[in-house]
Amino acid sequence: MAMADEIAAEEFSAVVARHRPQIFRFLLASTRDVDLAETLTQDCLLKAHKNWSSFRGESSAMTWLMRIAINLQKDHWRNRRMQFWRHTQSNAVELDEASEWLPSGERSVEQQLLAKERVRQVSKAVERLSERQRTVFLLRYVEEAELSEIARATGLSEGTVKAHLSRAVARVRAELGGKR
Amino acid sequence: MIFKDKAGAVGNVAEEPDELDKLDEALTNFRLSIHAWSEAAFSRQRTAVAPVAPKKVWRLALGWALGCVLVAGGASAGLWQHQQREMRNAAARVAEQQHLQEQLVAQQRSQQARQEDDDLLAKVDSDVSREIPTAMEPLAQLMAEDENP
Repeated sequence: MAMADEIAAEEFSAVVARHRPQIFRFLLASTRDVDLAETLTQDCLLKAHKNWSSFRGESSAMTWLMRIAINLQKDHWRNRRMQFWRHTQSNAVELDEASEWLPSGERSVEQQLLAKERVRQVSKAVERLSERQRTVFLLRYVEEAELSEIARATGLSEGTVKAHLSRAVARVRAELGGKR
Repeated sequence: MIFKDKAGAVGNVAEEPDELDKLDEALTNFRLSIHAWSEAAFSRQRTAVAPVAPKKVWRLALGWALGCVLVAGGASAGLWQHQQREMRNAAARVAEQQHLQEQLVAQQRSQQARQEDDDLLAKVDSDVSREIPTAMEPLAQLMAEDENP
């Protein structure tokens, strides 16, 4: 029994080491708040640790962890809406924060500025998306998840995921000056 | 090229290749930015902040509240004392003025009485001098009788 526990703990440690940065990245992109993303990542891993024995491997560990992270994020926003009267100091950064991290690559200065401006526009459009659309969009275009994985992580059908993604992309496209 | 591969899944944007490229590039750059930001944030140095126990928070709040009450009480007591002192000073000033006025009136009255007394005495003197003959008056009469027999 102790041996099994030890193996489970080792497995869990390996899963955490492999997927923690990705969970953090998704939560950071969703919340735009480094401290909050760290806290939610910790909560996610804690919850996963508590329920690790119930993980049956029907989906990948990453999808399972992402599902927990999405639920925690939802709970957080719900609680925050309920506690609107509380004065909370938000660490959320300005929209153009993400664009500042754009690697310069081999672009000219003008190309870099244009690229940053477009990243800023995408961030702005993402900010305005509904919670569900944003989750689906970030999983698809930041985490590069397959539609089936997104469906499993969000608990939606693939058709619903497609619909949300389509609307989200249309909004981003409109923000970039294209057609809806 | 994520977007192009998934074009069928996300809608009918494939009609305009330029726009598609623009969108594709923007989404790729967005992904790269988020990845770079996340890596930087993930590898930054973290400082552990000990959470303040609720009891301590209450104590702190209570301390602040008591401090505020004391400061407010002290300030209002000082203000009240100041007001009282001002009122006493004002009353003393008024009393002093009244006293001075009374003194002035009394002085005027006594002066007036003295003047009246002086006038009365002068009048009495003149009346008496008119009624009583002078010491040489009988002799003067005799002398007049001698001259006119």
